[in-house]
Amino acid sequence: MPVITYRDALNQALREEMHRDDRVFIMGEEVAVYQGAYKVSKGLLQEFGEMRVVDTPITELGFAGVGVGAAMVGLRPIIEFMTWNFALLAIDQVVNSAAKMLYMSGGQYNMPMVFRGPNGAALQLSAQHSQAWESWLAHIPGLKVVAPGTPYDAKGLLKSAIRDDNPVIVLEGEMLYNTKGEVPENEEVIVPLGKAELKREGEHASIITHGKMVLTALQAADQLGKQGINVDVVDLRTIRPMDIDAITTSVRKTNRAVVLEEGWEICGVGAQVVDYIQRDCFDDLDAPVVRVHQADVPMPYAKNLERAAKPDAVKTVAAVKKVMYLE
Amino acid sequence: MATKVVMEALSPTMEEGRLVKWLKNEGDQVKNGETLAEVETDKAIMELVARGEGVLRKRLLNENDAAPVGQLIAVIAAPDENIDALVSGAGGAAAAPAAPATASAGATPVPRGPAQSQGEASTPPQEKVASAAPPAPPPGRPAAPPAPSAAPSGNGGGRMRSSPLARRMASENGLDLQGVQGSGPGGRIIKRDIEAAVASGAAQQPAAARVAPAGEDYRDAPLTQIRKTIARRLSESIGPIPTFYLTAEFDMERVAEMRAAMVAMGDEFKVSFNDIVLKAVATALAQHPEVNAHWLGDKIRYFNRVHLGMAVAIEDGLITPVVFDADQKRMSEISREARELAKRARERKLKPDEYTGSTFSVSNLGMFGIDQFTAIINPPEVGILAIGALEEKPVVIDGALAHRKRMRVTMSCDHRVVDGALGARFLQTLRRLIENPLMLVY
Repeated sequence: MPVITYRDALNQALREEMHRDDRVFIMGEEVAVYQGAYKVSKGLLQEFGEMRVVDTPITELGFAGVGVGAAMVGLRPIIEFMTWNFALLAIDQVVNSAAKMLYMSGGQYNMPMVFRGPNGAALQLSAQHSQAWESWLAHIPGLKVVAPGTPYDAKGLLKSAIRDDNPVIVLEGEMLYNTKGEVPENEEVIVPLGKAELKREGEHASIITHGKMVLTALQAADQLGKQGINVDVVDLRTIRPMDIDAITTSVRKTNRAVVLEEGWEICGVGAQVVDYIQRDCFDDLDAPVVRVHQADVPMPYAKNLERAAKPDAVKTVAAVKKVMYLE
Repeated sequence: MATKVVMEALSPTMEEGRLVKWLKNEGDQVKNGETLAEVETDKAIMELVARGEGVLRKRLLNENDAAPVGQLIAVIAAPDENIDALVSGAGGAAAAPAAPATASAGATPVPRGPAQSQGEASTPPQEKVASAAPPAPPPGRPAAPPAPSAAPSGNGGGRMRSSPLARRMASENGLDLQGVQGSGPGGRIIKRDIEAAVASGAAQQPAAARVAPAGEDYRDAPLTQIRKTIARRLSESIGPIPTFYLTAEFDMERVAEMRAAMVAMGDEFKVSFNDIVLKAVATALAQHPEVNAHWLGDKIRYFNRVHLGMAVAIEDGLITPVVFDADQKRMSEISREARELAKRARERKLKPDEYTGSTFSVSNLGMFGIDQFTAIINPPEVGILAIGALEEKPVVIDGALAHRKRMRVTMSCDHRVVDGALGARFLQTLRRLIENPLMLVY
């Protein structure tokens, strides 16, 4: 099976879907002539032309709104944000237009569109450009939110997102674009929305995570494995709607859970996961659930401080040992 | 750190306890889990154990005096630790048994901030009282949980700490958490402690006999309208439990023959008439689950397992220890268990789980020469069987007068659940078993 990058997996998804359905088009800053700030849209302008691969001015609110209008009249726009940090300028179109349209039009207008781009911290991009937005977006009824952690999931989830008739947020990762993984060549890769995947199987504890942190969880699982501790790594893949069964099945088996996410603690995605666990697995818990997340500060620029603020494998290993009373 | 010893709730319904006897003197060294005193509850005499280690510094309750649950009755501390504040506050302790221990200068802080917010803040056990001695942990680090070896079970009259999973496992294994030493933070009982306790065979025999997959032990039946009407009308007529009585006289010749044969085989085969009756009642109940039930006000709970209560007279009252799963047990097992339970009931040594949970009861006054009597239902059960004396009587058999050993039983039935015909059918089954006792050993 071919091993390709996360970037190329996304590129394949875009190309395949644009071939499959001529209502699909992509729009954003530098997506066309420059081939995408992170080269996710590489080659698409040449292949599909400037009607379907559209460069925009630096006006996030504007082109997000154009996307909403296009979706209302039956096109299937993919809006690329250069990063989700910039998407804050467009949040009114995402939250108040895209997420509400089906509801407020009494079911007259579907909103078959995708908002996508890199989310979370890369390296030393400082406080304004290192933020993980999934808890903000997943808070909103009317949106679906996915956060693929592997090339396979990136391709499969983006394709499902494009085919869905609701606005779907696709959270990628700058640090993920160069990561590699197996993606089959001659078969349709579709990952259904709302389905988590057990990325690693163990018995002693469950690490529940999503997006970029899947790799961190797997590193932690490797380190723990060397010490004889085997963990389940539950990759949520879709944050909204969340696969509650996958979470509770794992926790019922292991009796201990660590919830790992890239963003901040307060009102984070992990808080919601913990709520499902306490509701459905109360009698299965042998220890309080522990969360691992970014420190509750704006991301520092200094390399050492940035490292200290980010969740990582070492912190995850410590959390697993804590829920196992091994500390 | 000092450990407060409080009057613990040693039975499910205990509100106060009388201190029968101190087993430790002031100045004695005590270990975690060691028995400090004997306490009389509303049901039995139980052991009060230490929940911490150190010297029994002060006893605050005299023998024969009673204290409400939660009241401070002693202090365990290091030999040179200042416990004045604790002892002087003893009077008020009862009012707020679960109140956090007095915070003094050295009380362990519970740090929680961005730097260590990943993870649960470590909480010191409530019952532990920090004196001035232990220094606060360095700021910026969560206080380390106590090492397992030094961990108290954290049950000094307040809440016993245990994980939800540990509680579920304990209940599934019929294990009393009171006897389990917790190895988690603050003495929390966790999965590995239950596994260790189960592996070491700590599960009590009678309790262990009750292990079965949850949900299969009984069936709840919602009240039908006719049952509601019967319940309401008959309660109006006769007390809160509308009871009626069914009396039958059984022929005991074959039982007597069987028992004589068993006795002749040797002491190890010796069973009493009562044992045989218990076995027969349990077997009949298994065939009539409609009688083996609890009235729960808004529904009737029909049990699939037979837990037979047997009334035992004790010095100043009576108690009903339970032979669990009596229908599944052989006569010899019932005999041994009944004898042991009765003995311990008279010594007031029964544990709460040995006298709760019955699904039907039997009361026997035959040994007092009572021919026949009516027993009072032990709610929420719906029936009780009163056993009279076995006596030789003239009876007519096949038109001829004969003398036979006979025994009268009277079943008190809660009419809200058991109708006359139903009770009668149950007694029919019981008669068939008792008059053909080989069916009991089949």
